[in-house]
Amino acid sequence: MSGQSSGGGFLMSVVVHGDSALNEQEKELNQRLRRLYPAVNENETPLPRSWSPKDKFSYIGLSQNNLRVHYKGHGKTPKDAASVRATHPIPAACGVYYFEVKIISKGRDGYMGIGLSAQGVNMNRLPDITFAKAGWDKHSYGYHGDDGHSFCSSGTGQPYGPTFTTGDVIGCCVNLINNTCFYTKNGHSLGIAFTDLPPNLYPTVGLQTPGEVVDANFGQHPFVFDIEDYMREWRTKIQAQIDRFPIGEREGEWQSMIQKMVASYLVHHSYCATAEAFAKSTDQAVHEELASIKNRQKIQKLVLSGRMGEAIETTQQLYPNLLERNPDLLFMLKVRQFIEMVNGTDSEVRCLGGRSPKSQDSYPGSPRPFSSPSHKASSSQPYLTGFDSNCCNGVTSNKSHSSSPHSHKPCPPGSGSTLPASDISLNGSRSQQPITRGSSTAVMSKLPASQSNDVDMEVDHFTNGVTESSSNGFLNGTSKHTTEPDDCDADMEVESAQSKRQLCGGSQAAIERMIHFGRELQSMSEHLRRECGKNSANKKMLKDAFSLLAYSDPWNSPVGYQLDAIQREPVCSTLNSAILETHNLPKQPPLAQAVGQAAQCLAMMARTGSGSCAFASVDDYLH
Amino acid sequence: IFVQLETKFRREVTATSRHYVDRLFDPDPQKVLQGVIDMKNAVIGNNKQKANLIVLGAVPRLLYLLQQSSSSMELRTECAVVLGSLAMGTENNIKSLVDCHIIPALLQGLLSSDLIFIEACLRCLRTVFISPVTPVQLLYTDPTVIPHLMSLLSNSLRTQEYITQIFSHCCKTPEHQTILFNHGAIQNIAPLLISPSYKVRMQALKCFSVLAYENTQVSMTLVNVLVDGELLTQVFVKMMQRDQPIEMQLTAAKCLTYMCRASAIRTDDSCIVLKTLPCLVRMCSKEHLLEERVEGAETLAYLMEPDVELQRIASTTDHLVAMLADYFKYPSSVSAITDIKRLDHDLKHAHELRQAAFKLYASLGSNDEDIRKKITETENMMDRIVSGLSESSIKVRLAAVRCLHSLSRSVQQLRTSFHDHAVWKPLMKLLQNAPDEVLVMASSTLCNLLLEFSPSKEPILESGVIELLCSLTQSDSPALRVNGIWALMNMAFQADQKVKVEIVRCLGTEQLFRLLSDPDTNVLMKTLGLLRNLLSTRPHIDQIMSSHGKQIMQAVTLILEAEHSIEVKEQTLCILANIADGNTAKDLIMTNDDMLQKIKYYMGHSNVKLQLAATFCVSNLIWNEEDGSQERQDKLREMGFVDILHKLTQSSDPNLSDRAKTALQQYLA
Repeated sequence: MSGQSSGGGFLMSVVVHGDSALNEQEKELNQRLRRLYPAVNENETPLPRSWSPKDKFSYIGLSQNNLRVHYKGHGKTPKDAASVRATHPIPAACGVYYFEVKIISKGRDGYMGIGLSAQGVNMNRLPDITFAKAGWDKHSYGYHGDDGHSFCSSGTGQPYGPTFTTGDVIGCCVNLINNTCFYTKNGHSLGIAFTDLPPNLYPTVGLQTPGEVVDANFGQHPFVFDIEDYMREWRTKIQAQIDRFPIGEREGEWQSMIQKMVASYLVHHSYCATAEAFAKSTDQAVHEELASIKNRQKIQKLVLSGRMGEAIETTQQLYPNLLERNPDLLFMLKVRQFIEMVNGTDSEVRCLGGRSPKSQDSYPGSPRPFSSPSHKASSSQPYLTGFDSNCCNGVTSNKSHSSSPHSHKPCPPGSGSTLPASDISLNGSRSQQPITRGSSTAVMSKLPASQSNDVDMEVDHFTNGVTESSSNGFLNGTSKHTTEPDDCDADMEVESAQSKRQLCGGSQAAIERMIHFGRELQSMSEHLRRECGKNSANKKMLKDAFSLLAYSDPWNSPVGYQLDAIQREPVCSTLNSAILETHNLPKQPPLAQAVGQAAQCLAMMARTGSGSCAFASVDDYLH
Repeated sequence: IFVQLETKFRREVTATSRHYVDRLFDPDPQKVLQGVIDMKNAVIGNNKQKANLIVLGAVPRLLYLLQQSSSSMELRTECAVVLGSLAMGTENNIKSLVDCHIIPALLQGLLSSDLIFIEACLRCLRTVFISPVTPVQLLYTDPTVIPHLMSLLSNSLRTQEYITQIFSHCCKTPEHQTILFNHGAIQNIAPLLISPSYKVRMQALKCFSVLAYENTQVSMTLVNVLVDGELLTQVFVKMMQRDQPIEMQLTAAKCLTYMCRASAIRTDDSCIVLKTLPCLVRMCSKEHLLEERVEGAETLAYLMEPDVELQRIASTTDHLVAMLADYFKYPSSVSAITDIKRLDHDLKHAHELRQAAFKLYASLGSNDEDIRKKITETENMMDRIVSGLSESSIKVRLAAVRCLHSLSRSVQQLRTSFHDHAVWKPLMKLLQNAPDEVLVMASSTLCNLLLEFSPSKEPILESGVIELLCSLTQSDSPALRVNGIWALMNMAFQADQKVKVEIVRCLGTEQLFRLLSDPDTNVLMKTLGLLRNLLSTRPHIDQIMSSHGKQIMQAVTLILEAEHSIEVKEQTLCILANIADGNTAKDLIMTNDDMLQKIKYYMGHSNVKLQLAATFCVSNLIWNEEDGSQERQDKLREMGFVDILHKLTQSSDPNLSDRAKTALQQYLA
């Protein structure tokens, strides 16, 4: 009995072990597939990961997670040939697709075929096989081990490569850009086998005699052939094609169009000084009044510095009716205000003696794809603000040494701040999309010389401020110029980064205020539901925000990401777009729209089978 | 009128040029400077103006100003810039500049402390040195120059680019490699491989390719060099990545190829098998420039020449064998009609392409029978070789014959395609009048065509080849002498009496004996082989020995008495054994007691091969059923041979003891 039970235990442990190994393999597979085919949207077009137990002839047996194929027919005549397809066809957005098959055993005669076939091809054959007679299936392509011939939708083969047998690793590469295919043997390319391939082919193997066993590698393991090097070549080719796209005689048109896009982008994000300078040096008109830009800028800065209460107030002042007409927007702002209260950054709790933990106030300097522009809040010199973000960029890296490393973390997973660019859909029904800080600084650096001199001067000025206040960083240095009460200011300077973050900045009064505000929010939510019906987004927003209170250290809780300053960005850009809309201005800048359209075009190329979309990621062009 | 106008125009041009030169002599240094600057602007891109200024003597004056320490740094720099511009013109310009001793003057200028001036000098030096008309030796005449250039490498990206470019163009011989190596070229240049400047990286890479070429010392050092913590070989591998510029991929592949051929990297190393070889095969593809395809094919041929495994892999990579067939299609018929410029370009490279393809085929087919078959089955391959053998370009002829030679190692091809295409005809023609290197290859191929199973042997014999081969044996080149005598040896194997007589007559005994004392062991061995083949079958032995017996015996004695390798002595004893097999020829040995003593000596030699050969000889002498066998047996018994034979029956070598027993049986019968 005891022996039996211990045997059972042993078995169990083996199973557990096998599972974890399997998970490892799964993880490796996912990682490799993502790296190789970043342009593939697997929700739309899943990648092949194993052989399909459904899409096979009965003489085929599968094992080892449907990666191993063996022949189980009698294999007496060519009619006994049998094939199996992978679970999914090869998506065009791969650009270049590759899989390998290792010959575990050549069996009796080694009549093995490796290749591709379209859906609906008779599985009772090798991929283009050969050993069957005339009347051969269309859209089936194979390379055969016994004679090294290639078979292309016909029963007669062409001399192609060497023969292959037990121990060899045969790779099959589909180039979806020029619709060709080549094979590899033990890591060596054998040259083009097929041209003019149709779309939506499945990886396929065919066997014909007993004892034949092959293993597939769809990315579970490193490939023997250096496929990534081949992909590099094609990426370079495609990018060269884009770079050398002929503009011809319309060069002037292009330049003015690009200038317009840059200008409208600057205006949209209220870089008013830069926008003005840019418009002046490129001879363009600005379509919004300067005062209006500055107003928006002011509000954005408040939002980005976490002073939501003031932001809401200012908005109501400058744009009466805007928030009344947009209750959802107001709700969103209020929820954010609540979060900022927890954070201790909102002006209401701040003046109740709370301190601002610096790590929360600091603005992460790391560039993110398509998040909103940064603004520095506390400057009392609005005409400088156009350069603020630049200065800020220059200094944050200093500051990070003294503040918690937290501030440089990229945006946490699942956050809304990095909406995929495709969200800027052409029909415009989805939420708007702000533009990257990365590209905004790129624009700044292209300012004319006179301009950048200005910038230098100002940077110097700020740098002095920073050095005076030593390592405390930019915020402290400039906060001297702010209109904030002195005690708050002093507090901030005294407090250094080592202080532990406390709820609402640690003040009891502030906590009470926050709880009171929370109740208000709750009732506002109920009111909203009665008025406008259920809104799951609002509900979730509120639930997530309240969840913060469930943890003793909300910053390190699973919902703590909400406290990150990055989360202010989507709020900020939503508000900005709403304001712009009331002025009949586009709620997203044409630059963002162009980027969005390019992304849509790529998605469309993927759907229509143009493989070159794989190597033309929009992100590659947003340095 | 037009002529007049033109002369007038020319006169005016010369007049303005003269004006530029005159200003160089102005007493006011400021005006001289302005003059040089104006001159600089006038010559840019204007070859005629450049030529005019040179003719009018601007160069010595510019050099004078450049060297004068009283000149301002600005003036000296501008002078170097103008000279650099003049050097950018035609080859004649370069010649004139070199004749004016521009090189020492500029090298002197490098001692300045002014970086801008140094860069201008280096730029000009670079332009001069990369020209094919400049003797590279000029870089090495002053031994302080190379170390100084090495020390300037750290100064700026420009100095790095120019200096490495000078090195890579001026490193042409093993001596140059050694000089650069000894002055720390590797340590100084290696860090430049990761320079931010592409030009610097590229020139540094080129330096390594010329330094490593056929140089074991450099190659062995290179494998251990680290660049920023990474092995140099890995840096080269990265440079071969497919997104790198072709020039860089190709040059990195060359570096690794040279290191591999110098035995610094094993041929089965993955950086060779999986990286360098596929990279070079790719370079042969149609999508690349003709120059790149030539270089790729030549480098690949060189890489895999000694290694059959690499040959096998290459032969199945990317349809290489078929891909090479395209090298013969230039100029294409399309290019001829549509585009004159393209036609010109194609024509220029057509020879290079063909010779590169032949070289690569030769290398591919040098060991593996299947690959040879694949090559001969490539479209029109044999026809292409045949026409290649009679092309005007020496390079193509040489490569074609190399290819033919490689394929001639195949018994099957000798029997089939070689005969079908009568390759012996152009080959014979090639042998009539060709430079030595072609002759070596051609005669070596002929050796194979004369093998007894080759159907081409008969027609070649009839074409009067014997005389040709005999003349080759008189060549100064040991390789040609070997091939000549080797071919004769092959020809004599199981040949008719007539052929043998013809060989002996044509070669002449005097030449035969001269070859037997040839300083080259290979020649000696093949000559002995020839003798052995001549002295086979009894009637032939007797006939040849009756006419040349005395000399042959003399030669045999000489060889056996001299210091020679075991192989030579063995071959000689075999000849003796053949002589002992003749009817009348036997007497030449039997009457020569000295020779018999020698045979006895070798029967007791420590080397089994020699014992065996000597025993063979005795066995032939005492063979029964031949006239006079009794007397011979008696004589040899008296001399103590029987005792030795008895001893040899106890030998641990089964062959030897068998042979000795067989011999002893002759006494019992």
